[in-house]
Amino acid sequence: MSDYQTTTSKLETKRLKAGFGKLEVLKNVNLQIPERSITAIMGPSGCGKTTFIRCLNRLHELTPGAKVEGEVILDGANIYSPKVDPVAIRRRIGMVFQKPNPFPTMSIYDNVLAGLKLNGVKDKKILDEVAERSLRMAFLWDEVKNHLKKPGTALSGGQQQRLCIARSLAVEPEVILMDEPCSALDPIATAKIEELIVSLKRDYTVVIVTHNMQQAARVSDFTAFLYIGELIEYGSTKDIFENPKSEITEKYITGKFG
Amino acid sequence: MVQNLESEKVDLIIAGISLAPGVARRRRIVNKVMTGLVFTAVVLAMVPLVLILGEVVLRGAPAINLSFLTNLPRPVGVPGGGIANALVGSFIMVGLATLIAVPIGVGAGIFFSEWPESRLSIVSSFANDVLAEFPSIVIGIFVYVVIVLSTKTFSGFAGALALSIIMIPIIARTTEESLKIVPITLREASMALGVSRWRTVIRVVISTGKSGLATGILLAVARAAGETAPLILTALGSFYFPQGLFQPTAALPLLIYTYGISPFRDWQTQAWGAALILIIIMLAFNLSVKFFIGRRPAERAET
Repeated sequence: MSDYQTTTSKLETKRLKAGFGKLEVLKNVNLQIPERSITAIMGPSGCGKTTFIRCLNRLHELTPGAKVEGEVILDGANIYSPKVDPVAIRRRIGMVFQKPNPFPTMSIYDNVLAGLKLNGVKDKKILDEVAERSLRMAFLWDEVKNHLKKPGTALSGGQQQRLCIARSLAVEPEVILMDEPCSALDPIATAKIEELIVSLKRDYTVVIVTHNMQQAARVSDFTAFLYIGELIEYGSTKDIFENPKSEITEKYITGKFG
Repeated sequence: MVQNLESEKVDLIIAGISLAPGVARRRRIVNKVMTGLVFTAVVLAMVPLVLILGEVVLRGAPAINLSFLTNLPRPVGVPGGGIANALVGSFIMVGLATLIAVPIGVGAGIFFSEWPESRLSIVSSFANDVLAEFPSIVIGIFVYVVIVLSTKTFSGFAGALALSIIMIPIIARTTEESLKIVPITLREASMALGVSRWRTVIRVVISTGKSGLATGILLAVARAAGETAPLILTALGSFYFPQGLFQPTAALPLLIYTYGISPFRDWQTQAWGAALILIIIMLAFNLSVKFFIGRRPAERAET
């Protein structure tokens, strides 16, 4: 399952089990995610891909009744160890959600800098620099540079999502998780964001959940296929799509079920 | 008639099943009757409001002038009596009650909203609902026994305390409701940035729900300004300005009550005047809520 040890694995799950109350959603997932690459997590609805990604930044445990077992290892250290502060982990592993969620009471400027301002950073020079850098990385700077004081919600859907990506980038994470970031957007906005995602792999490790196979094929270097809470297959995107080893994978890719 | 038949035909075609003739017409009649009934209900509901307002304005307006608002009460029969001390007393007691009730009520509301699964939260939320339904006279008697008897004096402080007990459940409930409306996705977005739980609550959740919070507080203040029963046994009322917090204190509703049940025409007119002032103040509060607090940001987050 993991013949791809050529790049160091930034994030790794070992015997990861997760669920809600009595319901088991993830059963024993062992996955290695290489550094500075884009890994797509694919699978039919209900296969546990959203639960999986939310275990990676310890967001899953915030839901009442949620249960997690196993290890998630970031740079060699288990983030679920009792000594680890989940808040600190979430600064290293950022997340972009399916529906763009800029803070409605804040301007574009404040939204981008939310991660810094809410944690007490006050130096205006630093804030201005980070805001511009993050908005540039999110391909949004030119569109909003003269409107930074406008409310975050005044942007179009695609712009809001790029704002959310800029907001995540501003805290300088090492890993960026994306839960179907384009599913609420139109094709043109989607294309812009896909371009943005590809540009991110130079500096960040990206894990993207998608139910859109073509998007996984376009954007990712590695793909993992999940089915009813189990990791069925994992490999380079090219191999998964052209030479799937498992029959279930093959059926999913050829559209026999979805 | 032709039109009716045609739309009946459309009904038949759309339904795809055969309807008895005249069903569509019967539906239209029922529709009109129900609309009429509902409209009548609304009108009936407005009648008491209109009658009361009319009565108060007619009887109270003659009493209102500048000296009415700035003079102290005078003995019956002596002209020129006013409600100045009642205005001051109400202001002080409602103000103090607000200072006590807002931190406690908002704090409780935040706790109910953000930690709803905790046992303490479930129990005290229920207790809060029970307290909200308490007759205000009972609250007055309670404060009488606990504060007035032990300090051996009726006081503005006791009155403020009684009012704050009435305000706390209202503020806690509206705070809880306003915060619950803030979408979970905003909390998650904040936490995903590595912001701690309590900072997320204070800087993101409250900030998004703050117009609901303000509305709740203003409504609680308006309610406290009009309460009479709890003040009878705590503040008692007075003909003079309060010289301190631990003296009998006048209040608008108390004055209305005392003057209103008296046999003196002069005082009765002043009671109507005071009632008109009180209603104007309440209206001003409610209007300012509507005016200053625009569309809630939590609604904007949904777009």
